[in-house]
Amino acid sequence: MTIYLHELKRNKVSLMIWTTVIVLFVLMIVIIYPDMKKEMESLNELFSSMGGFSAAFSMDRLNLGVLLDFYSIEAGTVLCLGGAFYASMIGISSLAKEEKDHTADFILSHPVNRQKVIIEKFLAIMTLIILMNVVVVVTTVLTIMVIGETLDWKIFYLLHASYLLLQMEVGAICFGISAFLRRDSIGIGLGLATTLYFFNMVANITEKAEVLKYFTPFAYTEGADIITTGTLDIKYSLIWLTISLVFLVGGYIKYRSKDIL
Amino acid sequence: MEIIKIESLSKYYGKARGVTDLSFSVDQGEFFGFIGPNGAGKSTTIRVLLGLIHGSYDKVEIFGKDIATHQQEILADVGFMSSEGMFYNGMKVKDIIRLSADLRKKDCSVEAKRLCDVLQLDTSRKIEELSLGNRKKVSIVCAMQHRPSLYIFDEPTSGLDPLIQHEFFTLLKERNKEGATVFLSSHILSEIQRYCDKAAIIREGKIVAYDNVEKLTKTKVRRITLIGNVDIESLAGVSQVKRLNGSMTFFYEGEIKNLLRVLEKADLKDLMINEPDLEEVFMHYYKKEGEIL
Repeated sequence: MTIYLHELKRNKVSLMIWTTVIVLFVLMIVIIYPDMKKEMESLNELFSSMGGFSAAFSMDRLNLGVLLDFYSIEAGTVLCLGGAFYASMIGISSLAKEEKDHTADFILSHPVNRQKVIIEKFLAIMTLIILMNVVVVVTTVLTIMVIGETLDWKIFYLLHASYLLLQMEVGAICFGISAFLRRDSIGIGLGLATTLYFFNMVANITEKAEVLKYFTPFAYTEGADIITTGTLDIKYSLIWLTISLVFLVGGYIKYRSKDIL
Repeated sequence: MEIIKIESLSKYYGKARGVTDLSFSVDQGEFFGFIGPNGAGKSTTIRVLLGLIHGSYDKVEIFGKDIATHQQEILADVGFMSSEGMFYNGMKVKDIIRLSADLRKKDCSVEAKRLCDVLQLDTSRKIEELSLGNRKKVSIVCAMQHRPSLYIFDEPTSGLDPLIQHEFFTLLKERNKEGATVFLSSHILSEIQRYCDKAAIIREGKIVAYDNVEKLTKTKVRRITLIGNVDIESLAGVSQVKRLNGSMTFFYEGEIKNLLRVLEKADLKDLMINEPDLEEVFMHYYKKEGEIL
């Protein structure tokens, strides 16, 4: 597990920074909720009648005066987008940055096989994503308790499970792509995460573009769907789980025989 | 026993040539020099040996084992130092050295401390604070702390000050006397001539000379230095003619009697005929198109 532990250590600082920023955003959203709640009843009508904008964020289907609905829109956006950015960055950098910085020469000139390197690196990325999400969930739950609010915890955890699954899939896809790159291409990772996010927004705005839901894992993190159905959309989840596996296996096969230049 | 054996190794990067039909071997206990300028194919050969890149070949073996099928086993007993000495920024020297030992599943702390003391390496500093020379020292420690049977060094001395270069070669010679084999890639010919038993010269991806260092410098080529006026235009086998203040230097590869015939007609004040040093041999192979020993 030397490479796994080495990866965790190497990413310690960026994990702390990203987790702190995301936790602060989410806590700010939870903390301002009691004050917002009083005015939400009057604002609800306004927020739900802004046409495409309301639909893009599912505000037409949720009641912002309810904590879970409010949380799924505000914190959901931060966790989905911010979390996907973090996952894409560590995923896309994992193998490609080693080649760019010539540290791959150092690692691979030791008696370690490439299969082991790729598996341990991938496990480290998944661990980092899980750690960030655990910290976010724990601090959010504690904060909700401290401000004296309550919500449907089953749905709350289901929402977070969807955010975690999304981040792990984006991380896995970017990790797979990373095996094909020779240069650290954070732009590709961030661009991919942003594109997938906008696919979901556009699919929300118009029914004509609903087919785009199949092209983005953000589809199954839709708070309005999870809250109203009480379940995760298995169809979209399985599609993206399969896509992630394809990228992962593709990256694994490529890296095993790749020339490290 | 042949520690390294390469037969018909070729590697192309797309259409760009890496090495072409390369063959040579390194025996156990040899101090082997691999000479060539940048882009000749030295690093390509080393990267194939380490399994970092894949070429086509009849045979590439280390310790008598195929590099494709026994890579981990081979690398466990190899110490490699890259030409760049690149490590992870943010990590301390001691953490890099420990990581290298951990990857080998060995406790090398005693030997690592000894090497750091000899090379005057401060292990508490972070990698990004180090000069090229100090990064090379980290590479040397990582390559030597587990006392392998084969050392592969890719241009190890660039960036090292002369005193540390001396310490480095003293360490390598020690290990070599203990039975280890050394494969040293370099374009600094004086160090090859001083330390190596055998050498290969690589040119545009092909081996153009491969022999004992002593024999390499004892070719038929002679460096001729004379003071006076000689017409050598009709003489075959002359190359690299330099004229300065009434003196003339050139390389001659041909029948001595033909040279003497030309010289006896000349107005000569002094004459010296020497064997060329390795640097001159190297230049000879690089300037004479298609010449193979």
